[in-house]
Amino acid sequence: MSATLFAVQTLNGLQLGILLFLIAAGLTLVFGVMDFINLAHGVQYMLGAYLAVAAYAVTGTFWGALVLGLAGALVIGLLLEVLVFRHLYDRDHLDQVLATFGIILFLNEAVKAIWGSTPLTLPMPEVLDGSFELMDGLLYPVYRIALIVAGLAVAVLLYVLVSKTRVGMLVRAGATNAPMVAALGVDIRRLFMLVFGFGAMLAGFAGILAAPILVVEPGMGDNLLILAFVVIVIGGIGSIRGAFLAALIVGLVDTLGRGFATDIAKLALSPSAANDVGPAIASMLIYVLMAAVLFFRPSGLFPARGG
Amino acid sequence: MKRMVTAALAAAAFGLSGMAAQADSLKIGFLATLSGPPASLGVHMRDGFLLGVKQAGGKLGGLDTEVLVVDDELKPDVALTKVRGLLERDQVDMMAGIVFSNVMMAAYKPIIDSETIFVGGNAGPSPIAGKACSPYFFTTSYQNDQNHEAMGKYAEDAGYKRMIIMAPNYQAGKDSLAGFKRHFKGEVVDEIYTKLGQLDFSSELTKIAAAKPDAVFVFMPGGMGVNLVKQYAQAGLSGSVPFLSAFTVDETTLPATQDTALGLLSGAQWAPNIDNEANKAFVAAFEAEYGYAPSIYASQGYDAARLIDGALTQAGGKADKAKLMAALKDAPFDSVRGDFKFNTNHFPIQDVYVVKAVKRADGKYVTETVEKVFDDKVDAYVGECSMN
Repeated sequence: MSATLFAVQTLNGLQLGILLFLIAAGLTLVFGVMDFINLAHGVQYMLGAYLAVAAYAVTGTFWGALVLGLAGALVIGLLLEVLVFRHLYDRDHLDQVLATFGIILFLNEAVKAIWGSTPLTLPMPEVLDGSFELMDGLLYPVYRIALIVAGLAVAVLLYVLVSKTRVGMLVRAGATNAPMVAALGVDIRRLFMLVFGFGAMLAGFAGILAAPILVVEPGMGDNLLILAFVVIVIGGIGSIRGAFLAALIVGLVDTLGRGFATDIAKLALSPSAANDVGPAIASMLIYVLMAAVLFFRPSGLFPARGG
Repeated sequence: MKRMVTAALAAAAFGLSGMAAQADSLKIGFLATLSGPPASLGVHMRDGFLLGVKQAGGKLGGLDTEVLVVDDELKPDVALTKVRGLLERDQVDMMAGIVFSNVMMAAYKPIIDSETIFVGGNAGPSPIAGKACSPYFFTTSYQNDQNHEAMGKYAEDAGYKRMIIMAPNYQAGKDSLAGFKRHFKGEVVDEIYTKLGQLDFSSELTKIAAAKPDAVFVFMPGGMGVNLVKQYAQAGLSGSVPFLSAFTVDETTLPATQDTALGLLSGAQWAPNIDNEANKAFVAAFEAEYGYAPSIYASQGYDAARLIDGALTQAGGKADKAKLMAALKDAPFDSVRGDFKFNTNHFPIQDVYVVKAVKRADGKYVTETVEKVFDDKVDAYVGECSMN
């Protein structure tokens, strides 16, 4: 286990963390600010990817696909808000879970009916198609660096939007006491609709960015949704800063676990036993971490301030 | 004696349900995984089977054929309920299909216990090939280990000394790597087990790059395989470390991996370019009908329908079940893979190839045979089966 290998695995972990943050950001925004459990966040991620693939077929460029995909994700997000979600804000969490779970089933099937069940792909943008040598025999795609930059940009944008702008202030106020904000003459429904649309667009954005390195297939968001929930629970629900740091922690723990758990197990066990134990431990690590966080700090490692 | 009991039971069943099955029609229950991420495998297998039925004019063996296609949702408990429904409510004459081995194991007992003939289109778990074999079970696919064994043999013959092998951490993954090691005698530097459904393989690819093996062997079905293949190419490993696989690079995943998969090798008993009349006609008809290139799953589904057609014709209908089973055992059809005959456990004895992903002149991505690894391959479990 050389220092280079460790450094490369750490970078891999951070990179996975950024990808997780892109997905978790929209979820924590909607969940934290509007106190709304949106299980459909995963399918909105999937829709972003599929819309981008469809847009790519028309425009032939990644950037065209990105713009049209984002617009499509926003429109569908707003439609869902008007048709379904706004009727659920005042209901309890169980109703929200049931309704949004129904949306998962519906949209997964719809995607399959429209695009088929065969996995699809979105090519990388040509500008970012290069790679450089990270260590002997291993190339690192420039696109992954771009992904990290995009993740950081989203983090900064969200931070500024929520804590430095007037809209952000209203959103935070609305989250704390919606009737009071409404009484002061702010259209709270429209505000929530905006937040929701923005959250849907963030999910779509993550889907589009992930499409060139991950598979585009029906149900692609379902596994990620679970990881995204792990991230926001560890980070503290509603906290953008928490989601960011927790995503990095989860990415690191998961990647380093996969990278080294078997080797570490081999120190104590026979190779075949280590092959059984190592992967099992590696795949449990983040859930063990989540359980520990819930036990010792139920509100998360970096809870949202105030509220 | 046993046949008389069967006949009596059948008569009782018909009597109870108050309807007699028509002698000139055939009802087949076709179970396939058609939802969730691995649905494309089931879709391919189903489309192949339905094409076979269509080409027979909707009459397999001259009998008006009704195919009840049922989605098992890749859940053994769901499959069990649906199989019972097909057997008891719909009173199907035969069962066919089934993509995944865990579904196969759940559905196996009720099908066999009801003495219903089953013609498998994909799953070939080792117990069914060995100790738990049954005269009612036939499959046009393979025993699960076969394609992994082929890659192990290929790696051994190619002179690879140090390899890293990788599979998801579940039963089929462990079986896969065990099958690979049966014929590969070199050093396995590392045996990597990943999470089922893993998305990002950076960590594993870094390990591979650091260990610099002569080649890697992977079993990563479905979307996991797409992720791995894309990331393998993006990490620049395709050029330096040969990539051997099974059930990872095929026509169900190539539409997504496209150029990143070109040149990657897999083990398979069939490819679209296998040179025989039946195969040429099948590939052309399949693409004309569905507009996409067939995979091994499609070829197996198609062969299942052709097998049923040939056997019914030879047996002169479905009335005499023993005669029909004997006819199925004879495999009276031209398989699209060429040589095909059944072993005593009703698994195929067939040639196995190394195939390579290529881009065809018309822009479609398909697999193509590179070399034959096994001639008339017999599976490893047939000795445990008591049938002869």
